[in-house]
Amino acid sequence: MKSPLVIAGVELRSRLFLGTGKFGSGPLMRESLAASGTDLVTVALRRVRTDGANDDLLAHLEKDRYRLLPNTSGVRDRREAVLAAELAREALQTNWLKLEIHPDPKYLMPDPVETLAATADLVRRGFVVLPYVHADPVLCRQLAEAGAAAVMPLGAPIGSNQGLASRAFLEIIIAQRQVPVVIDAGLGAPSHAAAAMEMGADAVLVNTAIATAADPVAMARAFALAVEAGRQGYEAGLPAQATEARASSPLTAFLAEESV
Amino acid sequence: MTFETLWREHDFRAVGARIAGKTEADVHRALGRVGHELSQEDFAALLSAAAAPFLEEMASLSHRRTVERFGRTMQLYAPMYLSSVCVNACTYCGFAAQNPTPRLVLDDHAILAETAALAALGIQHVLAVTGESPRVGPDYLVRALRLLRPSFASLSLEVQPMQVEDYARFAEEGMSAVMVYQETYDPAAYARHHPRGAKADMGFRLATPDRLGQAGVKKIGIGALYGLSDWRAEAWFVGLHLRYLENRYWRSRTSISFPRLRPHQGNTSLDLTPFSERDLVQAMCAFRLLSQETELSLSTRESARFRDHAFRLGFTSMSAGSRTNPGGYTNSQDSLEQFSVDDSRSPAEVADFLRARSYEPVWKDWDGTYDGQVVERAASEAPAC
Repeated sequence: MKSPLVIAGVELRSRLFLGTGKFGSGPLMRESLAASGTDLVTVALRRVRTDGANDDLLAHLEKDRYRLLPNTSGVRDRREAVLAAELAREALQTNWLKLEIHPDPKYLMPDPVETLAATADLVRRGFVVLPYVHADPVLCRQLAEAGAAAVMPLGAPIGSNQGLASRAFLEIIIAQRQVPVVIDAGLGAPSHAAAAMEMGADAVLVNTAIATAADPVAMARAFALAVEAGRQGYEAGLPAQATEARASSPLTAFLAEESV
Repeated sequence: MTFETLWREHDFRAVGARIAGKTEADVHRALGRVGHELSQEDFAALLSAAAAPFLEEMASLSHRRTVERFGRTMQLYAPMYLSSVCVNACTYCGFAAQNPTPRLVLDDHAILAETAALAALGIQHVLAVTGESPRVGPDYLVRALRLLRPSFASLSLEVQPMQVEDYARFAEEGMSAVMVYQETYDPAAYARHHPRGAKADMGFRLATPDRLGQAGVKKIGIGALYGLSDWRAEAWFVGLHLRYLENRYWRSRTSISFPRLRPHQGNTSLDLTPFSERDLVQAMCAFRLLSQETELSLSTRESARFRDHAFRLGFTSMSAGSRTNPGGYTNSQDSLEQFSVDDSRSPAEVADFLRARSYEPVWKDWDGTYDGQVVERAASEAPAC
């Protein structure tokens, strides 16, 4: 039986979340979102008009169809994150927030110290916080204790398409999860997403691999299928992988001959 | 230590000679390392004459790396010239003090009028430009930033080099980036083209990006003015400077521009070193292969034909609809231009062109909120007279 994904009390039908950046046009983004079957899309606050003026990006988002997850891409510390969050809540009419604090513009590495502090602050301010972090099992526990609605550890450096480079740490995070685990960043192919779901991730977030594909709409569909397949595989109970062939003369066979 | 210390370790002529000695094998090796950290020697190979046969391969790699990082998007911005007064005597510039043309400094009313005109064009990223003069010092710029801030998402400055405390003050007023071009890293050419005025102090200019980093400015734009000396060595020094800034001031983003000398009132007899469109493309691609994340800017100094073909090779931002004279967006009378614009299309026309090529024009990719204060954003109505 398929189990639903619930974040902060909201049930989401799709376990594939999409980003809205890097698409060559608004219509292409709209079609790709539709093909992915996603329920949740992240939008960079820095990319949308917050003064009430018409906005190219928002104009192509079917806001009734998707739950928006504003992100704070571009902020460098907790203070800027809180300012951006408050503006996002007002401008986009949602208290959901993907918290991204990366002071390093080269690799966009998330700052764990500032992210933990900002999460606690934003939760107190009534936000549903989904922080983007390194695949750090202790940090993910601390974020859950601070009230994060989900954690979003990275699979690989953002935009790198390297896949599950942090697999060993993601497995620990998933094993000890207290809130949903959404694997974010670095997933470059549908097979990466399927592998993440087979590991037991609750969802994945994909942007670059879809938006910069030769055919983003077809790639969105491919990711949707991969996420579905990976999840079904996980729920069906994957057989254990044997690392070596089973010995034809088991080492403990002699025990059967023991006289009772 | 500032960049000046590092710069002194490299003789400009010797760098030029080293680049001239690069071979096709060196270029092969450099191209094989793209995606990993390139050395300054790799960068030299990509800038060399030996790389000319590899230009198509470099362009293809550059395009791919740019799309991976930035998507099929192009940020649009426009300059706003606030003044044409200048105490310097740069041999190549329309604003040079020796050029006997009336000068302007925009007052509050004129700045607001320009603001309304630019905002009405859809522009959200503005680069405010002045010459060098006490009349357009820190107090004037703070005043200008306060007038501009409510109407735009991002404010950058291209003004005279200043002190750390001045930059910190501007940042508090909503400035998120400063462009400061070295013009030339060749000390002999620098002395020749900047004979008098504050700008004659090459060391002070070389250390300006350090002061920006120390002030915590979020984006530092650097570059050389191509045409003053050997372009390959100039680009190599810009790359050295870029690497230095990325490592030392790692919280700041960087951007690179490629201004080529253009005709203006007063420089018709200037003896320029060659820097062709082909050279510009090679330099730009080399920078993209050196750094996937630095922003590369394409100027309206270039022709519409060139921009229409080159935009997708690695650039991430384009100026559009630029006027390079103070009051140029509102005043039909011509005032003194800093340089001639070659692509005179409006921002909307440039955006339409990009859309037709399946690129998304990005009008806004920043928010004033990130610059420290929540500000009331005004609609783009005309200023009260």
